[in-house]
Amino acid sequence: MGNHSDGTPTSSDAVAKAGQNEVEKFQDPGLPPHRLRLADTDPRAAKRAERQVAALFVVSAIGTLLFFFAYFGIRLDDTIGTLRLQNLFLGLGTAFAMLGIGTGIVHWARALMPDHEVSEERHEIRSEEDRQAAVKIVDDIVDETGIKRRPLIRNTLLGALALAPLPAIVVFRDLGPLPGDALRHTMWDEGVRLVRDPTGTPIKASDVTIGSAFHVIPEGLNELHEGKLEEKAKAVVLLMRLNPEELNPSAGREDWGYNGIVAYSKICTHVGCPVALYEQQTHHLLCPCHQSTFDLTQECKVIFGPAKRPLPQLPIKVDAEGYLVAQSDFHEPVGPSFWERG
Amino acid sequence: MSAASETTYTPTTKVGHITNFVDERVGGSGILREFGRKVFPDHWSFMFGEVALYSFVILLLSGTFLTFFFDPSMAETHYDGPYVPLKGIEMSVAYSSSLNISFDIRGGLFMRQVHHWAALLFVASVSVHMLRVFFTGAFRKPRELNWVVGGVLVILSMAAGFTGYSLPDDLLSGNGLRIIDGVMKSIPIVGTYLSFFLFGGEFPGTVIIGRLYVLHILLIPAIILLMVVVHLFMVVVHKHTQYPGPGRNDRNVVGYPLGPVYAAKAGGFFFIVFGVVALMAAAFTINPIWNYGPYDPSPVSAGTQPDWYIGWVDGALRLMPGWLLGLPMEWHIPLPWGVNTLSLNVLLPALVPAGIVFTVLFTYPWIERWITRDNREHHVLDRPRNVPTRTAIGVAGFVFYCVMWAAASSDLIATHFHVSLNDVTYWLRALFFIGPVLAFIVAKRVALALQRKDREIALHGRETGRIVRLPHGEYQEVHAQLDEYKRYKLVGYESPLPEAGIPNAKGIVDKKEKRRAMLSRFFFEDRVAPATPAELEAGHGHGHHEAVEAGEDTKAVSH
Ligand code: HEM
Ligand code: FES
Repeated sequence: MGNHSDGTPTSSDAVAKAGQNEVEKFQDPGLPPHRLRLADTDPRAAKRAERQVAALFVVSAIGTLLFFFAYFGIRLDDTIGTLRLQNLFLGLGTAFAMLGIGTGIVHWARALMPDHEVSEERHEIRSEEDRQAAVKIVDDIVDETGIKRRPLIRNTLLGALALAPLPAIVVFRDLGPLPGDALRHTMWDEGVRLVRDPTGTPIKASDVTIGSAFHVIPEGLNELHEGKLEEKAKAVVLLMRLNPEELNPSAGREDWGYNGIVAYSKICTHVGCPVALYEQQTHHLLCPCHQSTFDLTQECKVIFGPAKRPLPQLPIKVDAEGYLVAQSDFHEPVGPSFWERG
Repeated sequence: MSAASETTYTPTTKVGHITNFVDERVGGSGILREFGRKVFPDHWSFMFGEVALYSFVILLLSGTFLTFFFDPSMAETHYDGPYVPLKGIEMSVAYSSSLNISFDIRGGLFMRQVHHWAALLFVASVSVHMLRVFFTGAFRKPRELNWVVGGVLVILSMAAGFTGYSLPDDLLSGNGLRIIDGVMKSIPIVGTYLSFFLFGGEFPGTVIIGRLYVLHILLIPAIILLMVVVHLFMVVVHKHTQYPGPGRNDRNVVGYPLGPVYAAKAGGFFFIVFGVVALMAAAFTINPIWNYGPYDPSPVSAGTQPDWYIGWVDGALRLMPGWLLGLPMEWHIPLPWGVNTLSLNVLLPALVPAGIVFTVLFTYPWIERWITRDNREHHVLDRPRNVPTRTAIGVAGFVFYCVMWAAASSDLIATHFHVSLNDVTYWLRALFFIGPVLAFIVAKRVALALQRKDREIALHGRETGRIVRLPHGEYQEVHAQLDEYKRYKLVGYESPLPEAGIPNAKGIVDKKEKRRAMLSRFFFEDRVAPATPAELEAGHGHGHHEAVEAGEDTKAVSH
């Protein structure tokens, strides 16, 4: 037992010990005596409380009137200012209407209704007898079905029950098409012009000065009648120009840019937000969603944050009229990873 | 009953006539007799559940109003409403109808704001209510199942919020969906299919808003309603718990009768909650979708935040690095049919923290019951300080949640305090692991210190601040002894000792029991025993009342 105390008065450290526990505890003195409130004894205080409650209900009525005033009295024009004003007064009216009633009732309950705490016995949730009867009933029912004695019935039933819900799952199959290779292609293709987002005007290589950045979509996207957003969600591109010696293209990618102009997918390889922030000085691209940071001088390798893969690069060139066009589609799927991506 | 009452009971008052009319036809006086004066304990911390219930009612009311005007179609349209900056812009019908609710329907903006503020309040009050239940041990037998129902409600409330947030189809909500799509695609094997089925093809598609709409206004509220009914039904069956104090024990309920006081306070409180929500909707703009523009996969603005309850998941996504010490967190697994991609950098943060939080949440009542072998019914709550280990576990979990939540604002923290974003992230990554441990230690020490203070006060009374000089020259501060009611509140708790493993039939303490003994030590080793009458009598003035380390003293408390 070491030198731990035994709870006797010789030691001030006390440990509640088995057995002694009950004797050594303080006895419950029972509910404290009830204290009367002012309003219980002083009729004037009660009258005052009564008037306060009534006043709060009147405040509520005024609030409702204020609501009507705001609804009919403030005419909406085309400005946000009047809208805000109407909203403010509709809200204040409602708030007063509600708070008046609420605080009035609570005040009434606190000041004037009996505040005597009462004690009530808890009942057993169930009686032992009930439970025994219930168990017996269940046993009898199971017994009468004979399910335990007839395993053939039981097993075929279990099998059927296991299969029966499957259609309820399969029937959801037509919620959408199978992915197929939809995630592997975008609108980009050889010769497709890079155009500004959202205006759709093409970009000449000479427009792209060093340090500038363009938000780019493929030509023809704006004219699509169907699937525009789906195509856009894959095809958006950032176009930037650096000093060619700052780019360090890997083998096979030397000619994917043009005079230091490079194009990268704008869809974050983390979970797909647009990587919209370009820090000119550092040549970093930052995704505002979870702060993945891509280094343009290292082919958009991830240098910070939760993304793992570099942003895919779109190979570009210049057409006969000097406009920037794609050499081909991206060489890999853009955007977040998926199981079949490989 | 009717035959008897017809012949024996003749109502004399107006109320009596009505009651009699109803009772003779459907019965019900039995219910009124049972519940009319049912006793409900009162405490400010019982309010959070009420706030949750009332904000749900407000959501039902305001949401129903919105359904009369909202159109969940993703068909393309051009805006021609009164809001000038968006005139002629291409957008979905859903977004344009949300704008119409805001600008053309009088009171529509107010209703949107009421709905959104009530949603934030709903999730917040459900969460705080859950914390209250945890820290006071209200989940103990017989209320374990109701704790589970509450856990389901927490999840549903977040689902309701997220589906609602997505409906207006503005830039921010679309981006939220885009993140969901990305996370979904990271699920091995079925992820891509799930994404295509949910969105009806490639993201964003043209069906998602309609589908979320059905979930948001039908399925989720219906399940929430069902769960709320089950929840409240169980509260009635169990009767409410009460805080410890004189006259309160596990066999009684002390409080106000339902009618009139309790009903009046609770009913009045509904109007107060409504009033406060209305006040917020009046004064503070929430989700000004007209500033964001319609969803477009290309633009995004920095510093935008999801609704607060989504923050912790978003924060977890931010904390996980794509590369850890030079190792990639996305793996390309060569399989016989080709290479498959496993994105642990997305999958782990999306699943693991939430998985831990909810697994512990749902199983905790059983874990604690197994460790303590406490199979009794509890209707008197614990003061959090009197169960230091549970309290410390709760605080650790809370800090774990808060670190992730803070991470969702890492960019705002960085710009606000002028520190580098990367540093903020590194710190938060460290805190993700260290924070809960520190929180556990600190919370436990604080709880023990508070217990010690209680003990001190129970034995020696409160310091009065009055100093007197004793005849022999010593100065002492006068302590005012507590009355017996106040004292009982401080000493009326149990402080069990750690328990050794129990030998089985063969007399051997098996592995499982050994583990239980270890956990029991973890739980109860550091303890402060409640003051006893003997000590009070002995009344020695200046003893040191330190926590007693139970050590190898492992006798069980008799329950
Ligand atoms: C159960 C809890 C609920 C939560 C947490 C919740 C949450 C939300 C949120 C955050 C929004 C976005 C509001 C905005 O800023 O525009 C929303 C929109 C909406 N909710 Fe709910 N809601 C709930 C229940 C309901 C119910 C029961 C209904 C209808 C019966 C409903 C109908 C709507 C509608 C029509 C919208 C779109 C209106 C608009 O955005 O203009 N909600 N909800
Ligand atoms: S989506 Fe870009 S960092 Fe997460």
